[in-house]
Amino acid sequence: MIRFTDVYMHYGDGAEALKRINLYVEQGAMVYVTGRSGAGKSTLLRLIALIERHSRGQIIVNGQNLERVTGRRIPLYRRNIGFTFQEHRLLNDRDVFDNVALPLVISGYRHQEIKKRVRASLDRVGLLKKEKNYPLQLSGGEQQRVGIARAVVHRPALLLADEPTGNLDPALSLEIMQLFERFNQVGVTVLIASHDLAMIKKMNKPIITLREGKLLTHIGQTISE
Amino acid sequence: MKKRASISGSTQGYIAIIHTWLAQHARALIFSLGQIYKNPVGSLLTMAVIGVSLSLPAGFYLLLDNAGRVTANWGGSMQITLFLNPELTDQQIESLTQTLQQHEYIDNIKLIDADEALDEYRQYSGFNEALTALDKNPLPAVILLNPARETIASGQGEQLLQYLQNMDAVETAQFDRQWANRLFAFIEIFQRVIIVLSTLLAFAVLLIIGNTIRLAIFNRRTEIEINKLFGATDAFIQRPFLYSGFIHGIGGSVMAWILLITSIKLLEEPVIKLAGLYASNFQLFSLRSGEVAVLIAIGGLLGLLGSWLAVQRNFKAIGLS
Ligand SMILES: Nc1ncnc2c1ncn2[C@@H]1O[C@H](COP(=O)(O)OP(=O)(O)OP(=O)(O)O)[C@@H](O)[C@H]1O
Ligand SMILES: [Mg+2]
Repeated sequence: MIRFTDVYMHYGDGAEALKRINLYVEQGAMVYVTGRSGAGKSTLLRLIALIERHSRGQIIVNGQNLERVTGRRIPLYRRNIGFTFQEHRLLNDRDVFDNVALPLVISGYRHQEIKKRVRASLDRVGLLKKEKNYPLQLSGGEQQRVGIARAVVHRPALLLADEPTGNLDPALSLEIMQLFERFNQVGVTVLIASHDLAMIKKMNKPIITLREGKLLTHIGQTISE
Repeated sequence: MKKRASISGSTQGYIAIIHTWLAQHARALIFSLGQIYKNPVGSLLTMAVIGVSLSLPAGFYLLLDNAGRVTANWGGSMQITLFLNPELTDQQIESLTQTLQQHEYIDNIKLIDADEALDEYRQYSGFNEALTALDKNPLPAVILLNPARETIASGQGEQLLQYLQNMDAVETAQFDRQWANRLFAFIEIFQRVIIVLSTLLAFAVLLIIGNTIRLAIFNRRTEIEINKLFGATDAFIQRPFLYSGFIHGIGGSVMAWILLITSIKLLEEPVIKLAGLYASNFQLFSLRSGEVAVLIAIGGLLGLLGSWLAVQRNFKAIGLS
């Protein structure tokens, strides 16, 4: 599903945020990316979502070389990805329903279908009752869950979650992780960036560890080349 | 059979695509209206500025239109008198009248030959005896000529006069109502001024709309970014802004129309009074429905163009597109 070959990345003229990354994530896998703050976890996910471009090396996602995904191909590429942001990035002037509906509206789904899917998605994160609320009326954890509902509503093949449990208590964190596990079980490839090592270890899934932009460890199904 | 099935299948595919496309447009339109509803003061101000900008050229146009109605009858009654060269033979005069009759700028002509001119002069001047004493008729033949109405109304009377003056057979050519002719020439200039002014104000409308849309783009930057991250195409993102520009343009032209109607209402009474002084039943004309449609279409198009330009410029400026 995802293959990095000698990937380097730096922001502007800054130092390298990722250095010579080689990794492989299988189709249908669920993998955690961990490391200290500033290690490059978010950067790794952003490269896959084409929010940033790598400066050297090769990234292949779903058989597509990302260097060739440009211009008009970017929107179609992204419609296959779900993304949750470290800083939520919800639209504060739209209610929860509209926020979650966004990826479906973009893809041109019909109204009835949108309603059905948004409700199902909100139900899964336990926020069905809050569909008419605005993001600022929600707690940090609730906002995070709205972000997750938005990331999966269009049933993407690949889910990228950047610190999805950053604002949640341990019980809720575990619940969210189990939610991701369920997505994974229906075939979605899931990549989760998190520094909550204690919890990650409990999940018994392969872990990619980054330190200062370098790949430190990779466990189990994750093979480095 | 198989073939038919596949054809109807692809027709259905097209219908689905068209349906999606229409739905996306409807969504963008509703969204833009919603944005205007949420920020009515800003939108109304923008529309008011557009309204004033559009009402100026439209008002001048109306002024000209009304002036045209006042002067429409004058053109027909204007005459040019040609005093012909006294040396001309009858045959030359004959060929001259034929040339003039066929000229497109000329409606009709009337020849008064030298003898007739003399008779007339005798009748009206009272110098009968004195003239009889002369052995030769001192008066030239005269042609009275009515220019075509359009020639005068389009301000080309002066040109026609010049053309006649330069003819060998003509000694002098003169208008009997020179001032009216000058007025028409002036109106002609005024028309050009309006064209220039309209162009400038059209640019002003483009700038106003462009600025409004630029602000909207910057205010909704986050939204644009998130839309992009979830795979929105440029067309999808631009559509609401284009609709917004279009709606502001339409709203502005409707305001211009209201301004014009109001001004005409204010002017109506004094104009009727003035016309009464000249024993005329002239009254001010407002825009006809076709002209209102043109005004609104121009507003809408300017709005669309202005927002399109703003979108092209500003999406690049904020690192999108
Ligand atoms: N937009 C940016 N512009 C410039 N440098 C950046 C930018 N984003 C991140 N960096 C730098 O890149 C490096 C990796 O950042 P990244 O956000 O990937 O870290 P992270 O592992 O996600 O950290 P955290 O756990 O705090 O979210 C850091 O040194 C950071 O300073
Ligand atoms: Mg991060």
